[in-house]
Amino acid sequence: MAELTREQLLHVAHLARLELREEELERLGAQLNDILAAVSKVAELDLADVPPTSHPLDVVNVWAEDEPHRSLTVEQALANAPEREGSFFKVPAGSVGGKAADARPEDRPASGPGAGGSE
Amino acid sequence: MIDTLRLTAYDAARLLRDKEISGAELWEAYRRAIDERDGELHCFLHVCDDPGGDGIPLAVKDVIGTKGIPTTAGSKILEGYVPVYDATVVRRAKEGHGLRVLGKTNTDEFAMGSSTENSAFGPSRNPWDPTRVPGGSGGGSAAAVSAGLAPWALGSDTGGSIKQPSALCGNVGLRPTYGTVSRYGVVAFASSLDQVGPVAKNVRDCAFLYSVIAGRDPCDSTTVDVPEVKLPERVDLKGVRIGVPTEFTEHEAIEPGVRDAVHRAIELARELGAEVGECSLPISLEYGVPCYYLIAPAEASSNLARYDGVRYGRRTAEGGDRLEMYTRTRDEGFGDEPKRRILVGTYALSAGYYDAYYGQAQKVRTVLIREHAAAFEKFDVLLTPTSPTVAFELGAKTADPIAMYLNDLLTIPSCMAGLPGLNVPCGLSDGLPVGLQLLGPQFSENTLFAVGYALEQAIGFDPVPERLR
Repeated sequence: MAELTREQLLHVAHLARLELREEELERLGAQLNDILAAVSKVAELDLADVPPTSHPLDVVNVWAEDEPHRSLTVEQALANAPEREGSFFKVPAGSVGGKAADARPEDRPASGPGAGGSE
Repeated sequence: MIDTLRLTAYDAARLLRDKEISGAELWEAYRRAIDERDGELHCFLHVCDDPGGDGIPLAVKDVIGTKGIPTTAGSKILEGYVPVYDATVVRRAKEGHGLRVLGKTNTDEFAMGSSTENSAFGPSRNPWDPTRVPGGSGGGSAAAVSAGLAPWALGSDTGGSIKQPSALCGNVGLRPTYGTVSRYGVVAFASSLDQVGPVAKNVRDCAFLYSVIAGRDPCDSTTVDVPEVKLPERVDLKGVRIGVPTEFTEHEAIEPGVRDAVHRAIELARELGAEVGECSLPISLEYGVPCYYLIAPAEASSNLARYDGVRYGRRTAEGGDRLEMYTRTRDEGFGDEPKRRILVGTYALSAGYYDAYYGQAQKVRTVLIREHAAAFEKFDVLLTPTSPTVAFELGAKTADPIAMYLNDLLTIPSCMAGLPGLNVPCGLSDGLPVGLQLLGPQFSENTLFAVGYALEQAIGFDPVPERLR
């Protein structure tokens, strides 16, 4: 496998929403290439006819009865929030595209992760 | 005087039942042991106040959510997080058996590591030799049980995080069959691999604690009905077919002292009446670790996306717009190992690379399952070393992530196949514990307990670290 370029590493970091400092880019970048070289070993096996395994148990379609039950209260759900306003999680303003104007449009998440967030 | 170094949970229950000691006295004995020895060993990230009652104290790995008790997963990004509900395993321990949570034990950050050196709060130390690691990621739980700071503990195992520290600290630890123990309320690392399991001083305590936590849970749809747990009694192995995978005992990474102790245990198994034969798992040994280090990081990169500074945990103080808040929070909050795995996993799942990395690793996983299944057509259990080495010195492997990954060479393949594994101490090498790993087909925990118990009686390992006797 080819080595990750700096540009690719920045792109992967952006996909993972990690802002790596310059020192981290160098150190983690080198380690990452070592790790990718080691795990690329899986390519040695010819497994064209082998089905993939995503889960170790043969369990499919586990349904629950459609019965209402108690869930967390609003206060419990917000108890650990770094910032809140009323019954909402509060987040800073700004498009999640933000400064990453270089991000390709398809990389942007459809919405922020804080469901019901204000602003 | 309660000697917590030797007291098993079984004995504690008897003393409580016969009213020879009170629940408060038992709690106090463990608190004194913690005060005395945890300054050096750093097993606990949080020690609890006595909630009262006559239950046996239980140490809980800090990736397991505990209502009203801080839960950090060894990460700064969860510093200050206090769950508003108990994980199912904790609820079962409390409600079913009145067990009291004694404290939260140290772990590599998000259970990613084999030494606890990746904990954001500093490493734990091995009670047999504090210049050495206790293993990981559940090194805090294993060291606490070994040093008499807790009678037993809960750990979690993704690729060896219960079995390997149990081997390095001289405990009995079970990684249960995938799906037998609920993951509800447990900080997720790699969801198709993560399993909670017990760490104890002996096989019977381990089996009992497994019976406490195992069972179908409506809150975790990957759980299934579990066969009734039988506490082991037989001291012979007549009729038991034990397979020894040659690659797992002869690999060049295995230290001579480890190999010797395991071979002595194999001889004991023969003397106890077992039919011992050789088998082979070549793909599992050669491709298990690369397969794991694609699938586990891929799942981790998805699971750790939730740490975004919005709903719980740390948020950067630096300000900025929303994207900057996400990326800075994650840069400040995650240590190097989670970052490495998030990056590897994100890359392995990204467009253009998915088939070559993640897709191929999923196919290797199928091959590992088939290879193990073929071995279990001839054998009831497989016996291997648990760790290729005894406990190593702090700092010995921190600069080289790949050297650290190879600690789990022998524990990873069966985890990928969803199989249960039991570590049983089998002797010392240079004064440090060696563990053997017993592997069985899915849902064979009772067989593992039976074989482990018979071997344990024959081996006669003293689980108290020599320097503390």
